[in-house]
Amino acid sequence: MNTHNLTLLVIIAEALLKDRLIHSIRDAGAKGFTITEAAGEGSRQRRVGELLGDNIKIEVIVNREIAERILVVLQQDYFPHFAVIAYLSDVQVVREEKYV
Amino acid sequence: MVLAFAFGIVCRLIKSELAIPRDLYTSLSIYLLFALGLKGGVELSHSEWKELLWPAIATIVIGCITPISSYLTLRHLGRFSIADAAGIAAHYGSVSAVTFIATEKFVLANLGEGSVAPFMPTLLTLLEIPGIQIALAIGVLGLAKSNVTKETASGTPASVSSKRSMGAIWHELLTARSMVLLVGGMVIGIIVGYDGFASVKPFFDKGEWMFKGALTLFLLEMGLVAGSRLSDLRHAGIFLIIFGIVMPIMHGALGVYLGSLAGLDAGSCTVLGAMAASASYIAAPPAVRMTLPEANPTFYLTAALAITFPFNLLFGIPLYFRMALAIVAT
Repeated sequence: MNTHNLTLLVIIAEALLKDRLIHSIRDAGAKGFTITEAAGEGSRQRRVGELLGDNIKIEVIVNREIAERILVVLQQDYFPHFAVIAYLSDVQVVREEKYV
Repeated sequence: MVLAFAFGIVCRLIKSELAIPRDLYTSLSIYLLFALGLKGGVELSHSEWKELLWPAIATIVIGCITPISSYLTLRHLGRFSIADAAGIAAHYGSVSAVTFIATEKFVLANLGEGSVAPFMPTLLTLLEIPGIQIALAIGVLGLAKSNVTKETASGTPASVSSKRSMGAIWHELLTARSMVLLVGGMVIGIIVGYDGFASVKPFFDKGEWMFKGALTLFLLEMGLVAGSRLSDLRHAGIFLIIFGIVMPIMHGALGVYLGSLAGLDAGSCTVLGAMAASASYIAAPPAVRMTLPEANPTFYLTAALAITFPFNLLFGIPLYFRMALAIVAT
């Protein structure tokens, strides 16, 4: 089968940030994404949570360039103050044109 | 009903795994707020608008004073950072709907039916917004200013919070769940009036079993959340604990006094006092988190939930009631 290499960017963040993150991801040029509810604990231990919802996990498949563009935005606007982590990995997809 | 709250705290203290599902919590808060708005609207539909004028002005004055007094106290006496002081001030400037309901119940139990003015829920919605807005504005402007000085000194970039436009914050506050439910319920209440309300009265009326039961469950959940916050009191520090008790008393006295100036009866003065004294924990936390992310959530959530809310529920409400009786009687 004919597969293409793309980048999977996973962002795990406090649920409160959902709308803002979606906006940032769209702005950077991603065509789509998947959001699931997530739970866990990290270096910040607590979030506004409890009354406002736990975490969300956003998965975006994009090319390397857009993934890095999103990471830059995360680094500037989100990492300093919010509970957010993000990581990249390589994935193989069919129908590359769906993603980029 | 206060026992349900205490029970919730006890459950956390004995480390019970009891937890109210978040969806139920959300449903309960939607139900309570909507019922509150609806009943308020029904009452408004047959009351005089000019009766409302002075109490409404008093409420807006309270809404402008409480965030500023909170901010100044925290910043100058408590030596909190600009963001933390403004974040906490936003909570104390806004109002807790559950404290409102509990106070109304307390007054009705003591003075009987009709002792609280029917337009009080309208005042609740009026008080919800300005407090948060003013405190956030203080915070955002204060940070922007200190960032300018810092930037010229060290060249570090400005904080993210200053990037959010005032328009976005306004939209967020006006479309927040609590605001939409209260206002929407009120509009529907005004339109349908007594006759229309009669068909849903058993479900939505504050005097019915359904509402009381939901409120009791909600208080249990509040107890659980407050209980899990108790361990944070250590981080909060003694100043915040004192602040969480003294500030409500001052604001409560202010509310009762302004209420009496506006011509409210003792029951309504008590409710206005409790509204001024209460700290929001539904509308304010997300607004503060989004706009002033530099503020530490432990401070504002602990102060509002683990200190001020229980204090008002147990001691504050009876105290404001006494104040109101003393002031209005003389």
